This record gives sequence, C-alpha cells and structure tokens, in this order.
Amino acid sequence: MEKKEKIGVYVCHCGTNIAGVVNVGEVSKWAEENLKDQGVVVSRDYKFMCSSLGQELIQKDIKEQGLTRVMVAACSPHLHEKTFRNACKGADMNPYLCELVSIREQDSWVHTDKVAATEKAKAIVSGGVARVAHHEALEPLRVPIHPATLVVGGGIAGIQAALEIADAGFHVYLVEREPSIGGHMAQFDKTFPTLDCSACILTPKMVDAGNHPNITLLTYSEVEKVDGYVGNFVATIRKRARSVVEKDCTGCGICWEKCPKKVVDDVFEVGMGTRKAVYVPFPQAVPKYPVIDRVNCTYYIKGTCKACEKFCPTNAIDFAQEDEIMNVEVGNIILATGYDLFDSRRIQQYGYGRLPNVFTSLEFERLSNAAGPTGGNIVLRDGKTVPKAVGIVHCVGSRDKNYNEYCSAICCMQSLKFAHLVEERTGAEVYNFYIDIRTPAKGYEEFYHRLLEEGTHFVRGKVAEISDATRLPGEDGKLIVQVEDTLTAVQLRVPLDMVILSAGLEPRAGSKEFAKTFGISCSADGWFIERHPKLDPVATMTEGIYIAGCVQGPKDIPASVAQGAAAAARVLGKIQQKEIALEPVRATVHEEQCSGCRICNNLCPFNAILFHEDRMVSEVNPALCQGCGTCVAGCPAGAISGTGFSNEQILSQIEGLLLVNLSKEAAAV
Amino acid sequence: MTEEKKPFEPTIVGFTCNWCSYRAADMAGTARMKYAPNVRLIRLMCSGRLDPTFVFKAFANGADAVLVSGCHPGDCHYVNQNYKMLRRFNLMRRVLGQMGIEPERLKLLWASAAEGAIFAAEINKFVEQVRELGPLNWNNKNGAAVETPVLQEAAV
Repeated sequence: MEKKEKIGVYVCHCGTNIAGVVNVGEVSKWAEENLKDQGVVVSRDYKFMCSSLGQELIQKDIKEQGLTRVMVAACSPHLHEKTFRNACKGADMNPYLCELVSIREQDSWVHTDKVAATEKAKAIVSGGVARVAHHEALEPLRVPIHPATLVVGGGIAGIQAALEIADAGFHVYLVEREPSIGGHMAQFDKTFPTLDCSACILTPKMVDAGNHPNITLLTYSEVEKVDGYVGNFVATIRKRARSVVEKDCTGCGICWEKCPKKVVDDVFEVGMGTRKAVYVPFPQAVPKYPVIDRVNCTYYIKGTCKACEKFCPTNAIDFAQEDEIMNVEVGNIILATGYDLFDSRRIQQYGYGRLPNVFTSLEFERLSNAAGPTGGNIVLRDGKTVPKAVGIVHCVGSRDKNYNEYCSAICCMQSLKFAHLVEERTGAEVYNFYIDIRTPAKGYEEFYHRLLEEGTHFVRGKVAEISDATRLPGEDGKLIVQVEDTLTAVQLRVPLDMVILSAGLEPRAGSKEFAKTFGISCSADGWFIERHPKLDPVATMTEGIYIAGCVQGPKDIPASVAQGAAAAARVLGKIQQKEIALEPVRATVHEEQCSGCRICNNLCPFNAILFHEDRMVSEVNPALCQGCGTCVAGCPAGAISGTGFSNEQILSQIEGLLLVNLSKEAAAV
Repeated sequence: MTEEKKPFEPTIVGFTCNWCSYRAADMAGTARMKYAPNVRLIRLMCSGRLDPTFVFKAFANGADAVLVSGCHPGDCHYVNQNYKMLRRFNLMRRVLGQMGIEPERLKLLWASAAEGAIFAAEINKFVEQVRELGPLNWNNKNGAAVETPVLQEAAV
C-alpha cells in the first residue's frame, strides 16, 4: 500500500439484535488495538449506527479525524449500504469509500455461541477493514430512462397500473395473452364483502384502458424476449394473428352470430359454456374485435366455410393474417400476470371431474353470473334442478402440505360470498366446511357475522371425502360429505345436492420460465419474489422490473389494485428522474496488458466486450456491462479489472477474514 | 481451559453471489435459522467473478475449506455465468487433488434467494464433513510451508 489510509470502524449493536450475541464492545476494542497496522485510527460501537445520531458520529469523525475510509459492521449491505454511503457523502467523502459488512444476518442472528460469534465478528470486521483500504472513489453511471412502460397482464392489477401511468401522461404498452383484458375479475359475479357486481366496477376501467390515448393495448399477445436493463429495455412481443383486421372491424358481432362452429369455452367460461370459433370472450370485451380460434375454425380444418368472411359488412376477416413480431422500447416493466386456479382433480377423494355436481369456485362464479351460461340461475350440472342443500369446502389445495402449504387468502371470503348468494337465490341450506375462518380486512369480519346471522351452517373440520356412495334413507341421489366436526368431535355424513370447492390460488403454469424471461426470481412455490417482503413489496431484485397482484402471491382485489397503483407510482418516480444512477460496478480492460486472446469476448453474455481488430485489444462497453466480473476472473493476463470487486479488494478481504483464525491458532498451540 | 478436548473447529471461507446465495444467507439470518459459526462469507457480484486465485489464497491463508455458492443453474442473474464458475470449480477440484489436498475441501452450493433453510443446513453438513477431514495446515504456525504434499495421481 503506497498511501496509508485512515480507517474508521463502526460496530453496531442494533439494539440487542447484534449485541445480544456478539460482544460488540470487545469487537470494537479489538479492531482499534489489533488493526492499527491496517490503518484503523478510530473504532467505535453504537446502539443504532443507522440512526441519525449514529450517522452523525461517522460524519464527525470523517471531518475531525480526517478519515479516508469508513467500515461499518452492522446488518446486510442489502439493507443499509445506501444509508452509510449517503452518510459518508454528507461528510464530503466519496460514498464508495465506505464498506458495510454484515454481523447480523450472517452472525448474531444465526449463531448462539457468543464466543464463537464474537470471534467471527472480529474476522468479518478484519476482512472489511482489509477490503475497504482498497476501495476507490467512484461515480455512479448515469443512463437516461425511456419514458414508456410495459405492463404484462391485463387483469385488474395490470389495468390499474396502466391507467395510473397513462393518466400521468406517459405511454404504456399493455400486453394481454387472452383476446380481451379483464382477467379473472371479469369472470366473477359479485365481489366481497360489498357484493358489488364485479363487471359493473371493472368494465369502466377496461373501457378507459382501451380508449386511453397513452395506452397501446396489445391483446392476444405475449412477451417473448426482454433485452436491456433498467431505463432501456427492449421487449419482443408476439402479436398473434386474430384473423381479423382491427382497423376495419367495428365489433358489430355478425361474424360470431353467423359462425356455425360451437366450441366449449375452457378459458372464460371454464368449460361451463360455449362460444363460437370466431369470438369475443364476453360481451364487454376490450378491445371489441373478435379473434378466430384457428384450432377449431372449420375453414382452418377443412378449407371451407368462410361464413364470417361472407357476412362481415366491412371485410375485416383476413384468414391469411400472420403473427406480428414487434419490438418496443421501454424504461420500466410491470408484471401482473395473475394466478391459475388450483386443479381440484388432484384431490381425488373430493371427486371433482368424476361427480358432476362438485363444482370449483370459478365454475360457481360463472354459474351465479347473470351473463354466464345459466343466466345466473344456480342449478345443478343438469342445467335445471335447483339445489336444496349446498356445501362449500374451504382450503381446497391450500393450507395442506400435500398440495400448497400457504393460505390462498381469498377463499374464506369467497366461500362466504358463495354461501350468501346460494342462500339468497335458492333458499337452500348452506354448509361451510372450514378449517379456520380468516377475515382480516376492512369489512370482512362484519360480512362473516352477517353470514352467521343469515343461518348458514358452519362446520369446523377438513372434509375427508365427497362421494356418491349413499346408504342411509334420504341419501338417494345426493352427494355425501364425510367430515369430522372438530368443535364437537362428532363424525358427520352430510347429504348435499351440490358441493363447491373453494380452490386455492397457484402461480401461473410456466411462471418459472416466465420469470427467467424477465430475469427475476421466483419462490420455491413459483410466486415472484419482491425486493423486500415488507418494505419494498412491488419492486423486484432486478432494477426496473416491478410486480403487482397475484403474481407476487395470493391476494384479493383491493390488494391487487393497491399493488398495481403502487407499482405505477414507483415507475412514475423513475420516469420523473429522467435518468438513473447505476452502480458503477463495471469491468475495464487495461489495453497495455491485453494480449488480444479474446477469451473474455466469449465469457460475456451481454456482448459488452468489443474486439478492436486494428489494435488487437478488447474493450468493455460500460453501458452494456452488467458488472458480473466473469471476464475479470477469466482474463489469463489479468488485464481486466472490476471496480467495486477488484482483485486487491477481494484478496485483502480473504487475508483479513483469516487473520483472526491464525492469531487464535497461534495462541492455542 | 480444556483446549485440546474441544473438537476441531474448521475455518471456512465462503464465496457467494450478490443475488441468490448471499440473499439466501440473509434469509437464513432474517428467519433466525441457526448454523455453525465456522463459515465467513465474501460477497461477489456473481459466482462467475470467482477467480481460482481467491480459492487458493483462502487455503494458503489458513482456511480449512472453501465454499463456493451461486444461483441455481438457469437462474443466474447474469444469464449463465454460474456455468462458467462451474467449469472453474471442476478444474479447481482437480488441481487441489493434484496438490494432495482433498478435493472435498472445496464445496459447491447452489442456493436461491428463497433457500435460507437449505443454505443453513448445507453449511452445517459441510462443517461436519470438514471436521472429519481435519485441519488443512497448509502453513504451519511459523508461516513456513509444510512438507511437500504427495501427489495423488488417481485422485481424480
């Protein structure tokens, strides 16, 4: 080391979070006494280093003692690195001359042996001190932010996010896989606990999104690829062929009236109803243009028919239309792709798929929906019989280690809503089979009490089996629900006409691949992971990519809307900054040392390394470099250095980390 | 003090990537999952940054074992750089064998940001394995090299 650095060491108690296990005072004293040679001139411990008083302590030392480096031992750098960097900046020190090492997440919180934890803290501090001596003053890289935003998923969360951003005056590309936006909410009949009609509150928003001058609606489309980084993403979107020319179509509906081919609608009507081969999923669809389902259309199968083309008054049908691939440039991305319903067939003892009068929650939504296949009449699968006794099974596929351990959050309220609707419309006896009733939101508990007063039966117990094996008088033609009422410890056989399975929410099929496309991470279940579960719930670990709604985990409509708006606010905040400061962690090739071997060229997945044929040297493009450092490690000539994670920094940290080890061994022998 | 009665406590240096494995360690901490205090972590941006020099430096400076940890294959924050680390990892284990050092002293662990429990459990397992292997003693306490290790030709 040419120049001796003056290093300040600050060890945080974090209340008792650290000090409860690590002897903080001893660590601080040890650093002051034993790390003098490394440049430590002051070492302090303090209750909460991140508090303003703690930060002032550091700033005072920088000014009064002329510190050139600051080393804080506290929590994970993912939590407070910025805090301490800003503190240094406030005292006119380059923020990158500060290092934060974790003695909480990686020490006090995971160890119980106080002596060992204190020794480890010393090692970590020693490593940090050795490393910080090699820090360099850096300036963040500034890149402009493209003002447009990509929103993937046109359910309520995505619509909300798109509208918020568009209303603020910025452009949004709203991509939806189905022919219409609306998502699951468009399928619902009523919404709990207010019993608002779902379509009545959703469709105005859909229309707003469809007509908004700042929203480009891309339905029947999917994102295939995303390149770039925050502020400068390029998304490749496949706009599937609708076989209908949007600029000519008026949405008059003659084509689907005339189409002779009826198809069971597995998506919107969840198999309960039919649609035509040329169709809009539901009457209020946005956009109003239909699509031709090429798998089922007679023309695509047999080469004849063309009824729709014949009757179309504006010649908008185009059988030869091809998928369109478009690239859009956006600065930020919001993912709101929602959930899939748990497949109740997996619980064989509940008989779904085998016993006709066992329905899933989504099927019941269509059944009770006035625009649904029965016109809102709650009837059995035969389409006419009104049930006299209906059971609702809670927690199907949720809170069950065989399927999903998590609570799907919406099923209790959804089941109560079903109970109310069945009671109100059919007067049937309604049984709720629940494990626990969970109603933790505004107006939810009140709704539960309303149901209790309405005379709905509540049986606390997990349903063992639903069968058609009748044996007692009066059970003929009924479904038998076998359940133990755990409040009275009595086994019950409940004969019912209809059973509704309140199925849980699952991540979308293929969510892991989808996450990969966008470079974000999924939990083991498949829900997308937020940056912080409490304090940063809509951002992801990838800058510029946000999540909203059920893609992050099961949640109800109010929470999805809140997240959609929250994600929009985050994006707007980014757009308003006009440029973004990126961590200056980048690789640089030192030309005089580069032998031109080109090994690094192939190590870079971002094509950030150019080779200059004339000078026979490689060069890193800092705008494309993401700072992984693989080329730094791979260069056989050692000609590439990585800022923030240089060889000197890491090698010194290794030395520092192991300093304690050697001194202890020497003492022990 | 009954120093010699105590079981051997190995010192292990762990390299983690910033995105998955360091966050797995953070998660183990946040969830208060307990594990052995023998591992000291160094955060890199990506496991691909792992220069083999780092590993040998750690051994040379007194580590009894080295842990290398990154995102699961296919989940790398930098597309596929963990695969490039994997190539180096295999090479390093081979070289360690040739130097007469048990290749098992170098462990690879894939851990996603959600796998705090796996991270903690694997560290405990590794510490036990290294305890079995005993101290490495690359350098003795005076800093002089120990006797030249015997080449184990069939080690790989």
